[in-house]
Amino acid sequence: MKLYGIKLRICLFALLTAAISMQSVFAAGAGGGDGEFDPGSFIFDHIADAYDWHLFDINGKQYSVPLPVILYTRDKGLNIFLSDKFDHGHAAYRGFRIEHEGPDKGKIVVAIDDHTTDQEAATPLNLSITKNVFGMFFAAAIMIWIFLTIGSRYKRDPKKPPKGVQSLFEPLILFVIDDIVKPAIGEKKYVMFLPYTLTLFFFIWINNMLGLVPIFPMGANVTGNISVTAGLALTSFLAINLSGNKHYWQHIFNTPHVPVFLKLPIPIMPVIELVGIFTKPFVLAIRLFANITAGHIITMGFFCLIFIFAQVSAAFAYGGTVLAVAFGIFITFLEMLVALIQAYVFTLLTSLFIGAAVEDAH
Amino acid sequence: MDLITPDFGLFFWMLVTFALVFMILKKFAWKPIVQALQEREENIREGLENAEEAKTELANVKVRSDKIISDAIVERDQLIRQGRELREKITAEARNHAEEEAKKILDSARDLIEEEKAAALSQIKIQIASLSVEIAERILRKKIDDDEVQQELMTSLLDEFKLN
Repeated sequence: MKLYGIKLRICLFALLTAAISMQSVFAAGAGGGDGEFDPGSFIFDHIADAYDWHLFDINGKQYSVPLPVILYTRDKGLNIFLSDKFDHGHAAYRGFRIEHEGPDKGKIVVAIDDHTTDQEAATPLNLSITKNVFGMFFAAAIMIWIFLTIGSRYKRDPKKPPKGVQSLFEPLILFVIDDIVKPAIGEKKYVMFLPYTLTLFFFIWINNMLGLVPIFPMGANVTGNISVTAGLALTSFLAINLSGNKHYWQHIFNTPHVPVFLKLPIPIMPVIELVGIFTKPFVLAIRLFANITAGHIITMGFFCLIFIFAQVSAAFAYGGTVLAVAFGIFITFLEMLVALIQAYVFTLLTSLFIGAAVEDAH
Repeated sequence: MDLITPDFGLFFWMLVTFALVFMILKKFAWKPIVQALQEREENIREGLENAEEAKTELANVKVRSDKIISDAIVERDQLIRQGRELREKITAEARNHAEEEAKKILDSARDLIEEEKAAALSQIKIQIASLSVEIAERILRKKIDDDEVQQELMTSLLDEFKLN
């Protein structure tokens, strides 16, 4: 009965997600009524970061949630204002505008007027609360709320069986502890890495899952953004190398069981090992970014099919809609799986690298 | 914003957010959760160990109780046998005793009877003597006048005595 309820909820979640994604595509399609529907730019607008949170278009007018823009330049000092001052990129404000062309496309640059950029001025330091930052804050808030609730319950009566949201997360927490961290790092040392690995796993997983829900303030492509995954990889890099023991560093600079001519006079092995230190987290970042972005692209792609078909004929559009929704639901299910798998893979590999770094000499 | 160019702002906020989440959760969530889970694990492990121990203990107790029962049975049989022997012994003794006693009583009774008899006989003899004297006296008193009769009686009496 309970399992059935959970299944039902997952189904509803997928249906809702698909339905709302479709609506936003409809809105976008209707908004771009003046020209050809361009699925490429539509999809990339969705997966890219933005200074405001686009909700929907009605009759060509964009409705979005403005987000704070925080800029710092040496000339103008600190500037904080809401992104609606840019009028969706059509206007300059306080001498800043959103660039539409060139290598700085999408960035905030110093403006001469509404349509021209001051090519001489340096790009301002941009610490704006963008769509992804806001989505991430929301995910972080949810995460803190969930785990503080659970934590206080564990503190209050640790011997009671879990209930409510606790019984949803306890299997996952146990999964991370018993199936990822403990075997990867080893019985003796795993406990001190649990806070980091648990935070990592749930940060990735919750952001992945929230990325699938297309309702404000969820649906930002947080973990599908290279900056975010790079940040996660940096934490992983620090965790691995700061915990590395003598044995680990010896393995890198003076690898045992390797012929001397590979180390002297040209240090081939140390260089390879040193590069390896950086490639490991780099690959983690790329993998997460690519997987989540790909998922978003595919989902959006299926919904874009509706409008591509609609440009051919109405009948085609009806048939295409059924097909697109069916595939959209399927991909949403798949993405829920991917959300968990990618959180698992990132945490598992980080744990394995940490495990190798703290391993005792044998 | 380009797809594959990292953006400093987002990177910065990502690190800040992650660090904050990490620090808050480390202190207020992961510590109690991990502690509680480990405690629970320890509890379960201990419980299983205790159960195993109790099981062996129970088996030991069973062995011991079986031994106690069999010992008790042996002892009971022994007691019963001893009791039976004792009873037989006591009965035999009692019977012997009773027989002896009875014999003794009989003997003494016989002796007493013998004595009584002797006493009675002597008594009778004395009685007879005195009676005879009395009889003689009376006869004498009555028949002294009649010489003939007296004579006759005297003779008959004398005859009788002679017979004795």
